Amino acid sequence: MRPKKAPKIVFKSPDDMPTMICSVGHQTHNLTGAWRNIRPEVDRAKCLKCGMCWKFCPEPAIEVIDEWPVVDYDYCKGCGICAVECPSKCIVMVEERR
Amino acid sequence: MKKVMMGNHALSYGAMLARAQVVSAYPITPQTQVVELLSEMCADGTLEAQFIKVESEHSAMASCIGASVAGARAFTATSSQGLALMHEMLHWAGGGRHPIVMGEVNRAMAPGWSIWTDQNDSLSQRDTGWMQFYCSSNQEVVDTVIQAFKVAETLMIPAMVILDAFALSHTYEVVDVPEQALVDKYLPPFKPAIRLNPADPRAFGGLTGSEHYMELRYKLEKDMEKAPALIEETGREYEKLFGRRLGLIDAYRCDDADFVFVTSGTAGYTARVAVDELRASGVKAGNLRIKVFRPFPYRQVREVLGRVKKAAVLDRNCSYGAGGIFYQEVKSAVYSSPGMPPIFGYIAGLGGRDIMTDSFKEIAAHAASRDRADEEIVWIGVKK
Ligand code: SF4
Ligand code: SF4
Repeated sequence: MRPKKAPKIVFKSPDDMPTMICSVGHQTHNLTGAWRNIRPEVDRAKCLKCGMCWKFCPEPAIEVIDEWPVVDYDYCKGCGICAVECPSKCIVMVEERR
Repeated sequence: MKKVMMGNHALSYGAMLARAQVVSAYPITPQTQVVELLSEMCADGTLEAQFIKVESEHSAMASCIGASVAGARAFTATSSQGLALMHEMLHWAGGGRHPIVMGEVNRAMAPGWSIWTDQNDSLSQRDTGWMQFYCSSNQEVVDTVIQAFKVAETLMIPAMVILDAFALSHTYEVVDVPEQALVDKYLPPFKPAIRLNPADPRAFGGLTGSEHYMELRYKLEKDMEKAPALIEETGREYEKLFGRRLGLIDAYRCDDADFVFVTSGTAGYTARVAVDELRASGVKAGNLRIKVFRPFPYRQVREVLGRVKKAAVLDRNCSYGAGGIFYQEVKSAVYSSPGMPPIFGYIAGLGGRDIMTDSFKEIAAHAASRDRADEEIVWIGVKK
């Protein structure tokens, strides 16, 4: 998995800041997984390892590890796009119970 | 080299001489010839650039932003409804600090469906963080595109070079085409400090919390405030190489004037003729043409208006409920400065209705007939 906690950059003054806002590390600190009320679960028995879910995930919260799609639940917001796009329909959206 | 060309082609020549590297545009009347000529230049190798065909103006600006962030000099052109469709992306380019230069042909907003000139399209985009240059001759268009790239890239703020539909876009004039070698000397290649680079990956324009957003906007405003001096400095530099001064305003016979018109765009040239005629009949008139609307040249406008007895602002636009937009800006420029004259506001020429020398004489007569400028906005040429 990618490192979760990139250091959070906080600039002290406007002069320290880049003109173009880029790479300030906020995205890694914004855990969009907290929005989720349904979670994608991959059934590896049916998975084709095609990577379509990885390609379509808008977050992006799917990583391909050893050819398998792995959902990063810290960031997956539960939109279900991966489940719709999966050609073998092996991603099920399961209700979160918290 | 002198060439006879239409205003639209003056934009194309400006982009070619500036060596734009990416041109992405969607055609719209009255802008189409700008990109038609640029696509021919890309096809025959006159211009070494990527020409991107897109399905909408929104995408045209989006791809210019992508090109710019990757370090390419990007150019596009549009008009009216196309500019309105770009609106979201204009904020992205301005807020993201991508120094794109765009030709904008002033065309009235629909409905009623119109292809003729007025300024409501570009002035509706005044708060998007773009500089706005209003041109009044084809020569000025070519020169301004080149200067706009220089100013934009120095400050990392995008710029619109604006011209009137038909009155300039389709009108042929003699243009002294700047020599490429001199343009190269004036405008070095675009080398942004930060750019999209796979060897040094970065995410641009991402989530920005309340701890940084305000500083970003502060920086944009502070850099915008540097633009007036830079426009004048690069305008003098331009004069040294090409013999033509480019500035924020164009004050014609204002030095000893009692009464000045405040104008923009092609109406600013018609006003010169009216000034000469008024002077022949004994009125000491002058014309202050505002070339740069964003950033607004507050100090330069104050300097001219502080010397006259009356001023009349002509607007080819209307902010409904508040009147002419240049009028509002001019009034706020002089507010709280002592010794300023009464300033009268006029609206004329909407949707391409001609603004003639007689329109200016009507304005001069109206302003002469009263001492105080009330908040009244006077419409010139409306059917009675
Ligand atoms: S549910 Fe949405 S956010 Fe979560 S992994 Fe699938 S596509 Fe990505
Ligand atoms: S889209 Fe479906 S089949 Fe393809 S890798 Fe993802 S889960 Fe597996």
